Amino acid sequence: MNGQQRKGHPETIAIRINRGDAGDDVGRFEEFRLPYAEGMVVLDAVIQVQKEQAPDLAIRWNCKAARCGSCSAEINGKPRLQCKTRVSDLDLTQPITVSPLRTFPRIKDLVTDVSWNYRVNQTVPPMKYAKRPPAKVYQSDVDRAQEMRKCIECFLCQDVCHVLRYQTAEKPTFIGPRFIVRTAGLDFNPFDEGNRTGFLLREGGLGMCNITKCCTEVCPEEIHITDNAIIPEKERVVDAHADPLRAILNGLLGKSKENGSP
Amino acid sequence: MAAGRHKADVLIIGAGGSGLRAAIAAQENGASVIVVSKSLLGKAHTIMAEGGIAAAIGSSDPRDDWKVHFHDTMFGGKYLNNWKMALYHAQEAPKEIENLEKWGAVFDRTEQGGILQRNFGGHAYKRLVQVGDRTGLELIRTLQDAAVAHGVRVFAEHTVTQLLRADGAIAGAVGYQREKGDVVVWEAPAVIIATGGIGRIYSVTSNSWESTADGLALAFRAGAELMDMEFVQFHPTGMVWPPSVRGLLVTESVRGEGGLLTNSKGERFMERYDPKRMELSTRDVVARSIYTEVQEGRGSPHGGAYLSIAHKPADFILKKLPSMYMQYKEFADVDITKEPMEVYPTTHYMMGGIRVDAETEATNVPGLYACGEAASGMHGANRLGGNSLSDLLVFGARAGAAAAKYAKSAPRRGDVADSVIAEAERDMLAPFGGTGDNPFAVQEQLQNLMMTEVGVYRSEEKLTEALAAIRSMRERARSARATGTRQYNPSWHAAIDLKNMTLIAETIATHALMRKESRGAHTRVDFPTTSEELGNVNVVSRLVDGKVEATFVAREPMPDDLAELAKGETVVHTS
Repeated sequence: MNGQQRKGHPETIAIRINRGDAGDDVGRFEEFRLPYAEGMVVLDAVIQVQKEQAPDLAIRWNCKAARCGSCSAEINGKPRLQCKTRVSDLDLTQPITVSPLRTFPRIKDLVTDVSWNYRVNQTVPPMKYAKRPPAKVYQSDVDRAQEMRKCIECFLCQDVCHVLRYQTAEKPTFIGPRFIVRTAGLDFNPFDEGNRTGFLLREGGLGMCNITKCCTEVCPEEIHITDNAIIPEKERVVDAHADPLRAILNGLLGKSKENGSP
Repeated sequence: MAAGRHKADVLIIGAGGSGLRAAIAAQENGASVIVVSKSLLGKAHTIMAEGGIAAAIGSSDPRDDWKVHFHDTMFGGKYLNNWKMALYHAQEAPKEIENLEKWGAVFDRTEQGGILQRNFGGHAYKRLVQVGDRTGLELIRTLQDAAVAHGVRVFAEHTVTQLLRADGAIAGAVGYQREKGDVVVWEAPAVIIATGGIGRIYSVTSNSWESTADGLALAFRAGAELMDMEFVQFHPTGMVWPPSVRGLLVTESVRGEGGLLTNSKGERFMERYDPKRMELSTRDVVARSIYTEVQEGRGSPHGGAYLSIAHKPADFILKKLPSMYMQYKEFADVDITKEPMEVYPTTHYMMGGIRVDAETEATNVPGLYACGEAASGMHGANRLGGNSLSDLLVFGARAGAAAAKYAKSAPRRGDVADSVIAEAERDMLAPFGGTGDNPFAVQEQLQNLMMTEVGVYRSEEKLTEALAAIRSMRERARSARATGTRQYNPSWHAAIDLKNMTLIAETIATHALMRKESRGAHTRVDFPTTSEELGNVNVVSRLVDGKVEATFVAREPMPDDLAELAKGETVVHTS
């Protein structure tokens, strides 16, 4: 037990880190060699390079425990958390490559400007606590919302989303999987009575998603983004906005409010 | 360089749980609010809190109420707590659970359709409101969303390097933006320090990189007092192996859900140290017990104790402890549904911190407030698990409200003079001209020193040596060098952190030397018993001409009715 399954690792490893300043989205690879330590994750290697060989190497990390979602990068071309990628799981016959997320502009080295996500987040209609909250709420009533709320905002799903990769940050038409998950987390909350279908349809650009499930594949929290957030939300939007009978009925019942505003 | 200037009624430094809770309260009390954070929003160390929020809502056990919670907190804190804070905390925590639910938190539920609560060390009844073992994430996301919805302005990835004072009162803060390295000035009549803990001063810690004691150092230099700095909590169960994750927290919920501690001989050794509470004893006791077992040769292969939950059904473990399952599987190749974990104490929490008034969280410096882990008093000599999340909610709310009220009546001042800002900028940029050490190297030396000399067991001899070594590191921190440019430069950030870490390390060692007794988390091998006399005083220090000056300050006696409530041992009821 305890790590003894992994034998035969090299004494030193090579890591190629993509470096560059703001505006340089191509960058250049710098190669570093360092001793291998048992159990080491890619973030350990990068931090060690920073401490001993390149003190001005810019990286972003907080917890080193796969809880905070700060250290997202592309490792050997795949979007992953550096702290959750064991060095011994990679092909060590070649140098490990670490590059910044591609969808967001570079600030420096491995640090990207993810502020667009925070601006999008502000447009999601917030929690609207029910005027008459349910007296009893069981675990089965909250499971769906809790799955959505596992999100650690690593933005790996945003990084791999085809729609986001090719949309300009200035004129966004799609909010991306992260914010559909966030909206679903609110919509599935039994204490919430907001209505976010109009938001998802228009500002959210929900129709842009063509369900390729790339987001689901990279989620380190194993949230079933496509099946449990995007598809149910698409169904809600269709129910609320594309069904003429339902639309009339909602109108009669006074359920036509938008964006969760009172 | 022309500095960016911003104004607000209340400036909050730190965007963890206490900072965000304070921001919401200040905004609700009519203040304009700015929050400054070293990290991105929603990444603060609070996110790593696992077990739950202690609040006597009596949902899982109707026998519970604030009186029992108050008692357990005082007993767990070895009666060194500020009793007023313990009182407000116990009374107001339930209301904060309601607030969180209104702001969108989704807690685990009971079979009766109420909020589920779990047992935790030192709490008499099932008291911790939770979301599996990821309660901190739920708390931070809920507060983050609520703060944004309340219109709080956030300056993410900005570092504060100095508090500004005018006419003896607080006037704001100066710092820099990490992205470009530009100087930023925030002018505000009220400032709240909500910067959390100090764990990174130690080599083995559960804390994220941010916990470098910044807020304590900022306040200390601005004239605030620090109290109870000798009380550093070593959480009994950190990961031991592999080295990459040494110190990473193993939540107390493992024990709360029935986890058992054994040594290499298969003995449930807590029988020897606290037979009444066993694994659900307080953290100080469990940490010392594990330490002793290993010292006496009954440790696991990598020098820890065994903690096992494998006797519970696998689906129960996956539901209650999903992060622990992931953590051991991913990082240590251990399946906790089948095998025991190896655990050993890890530096976890600072009970001490900035000295505040219990009602308002005001410091001795007009306009300066502190709350959450950065403040002191609430937890006394040892904190109970779950009491930190409730602490940051209750006192974050109080600090935010009090700071907003103060800001309204505070005298308006003109802009901070350019000369003051220019001087602050010179200080902040000093590491670029530094000719001394690589800051990362000194940091590592400090961390190792603190772990071995100012750790779980302390003595006059070791502390005296440590103090001399820390003072020389404080000197070296002054000339530590940054290499490269101002843009997002970790060596620069580390050089600035190092000044804070060495200063606060000195206060920890100074206080530990003064308290010649063992109490709670502070254990002196040369003074192994608890002194009745020292139970009546706190150690308080000030920074005078760059020197740490510590004194004993008498404690306010508890009124008779509360003293009566606080009496007697905690009996833990698991059903």
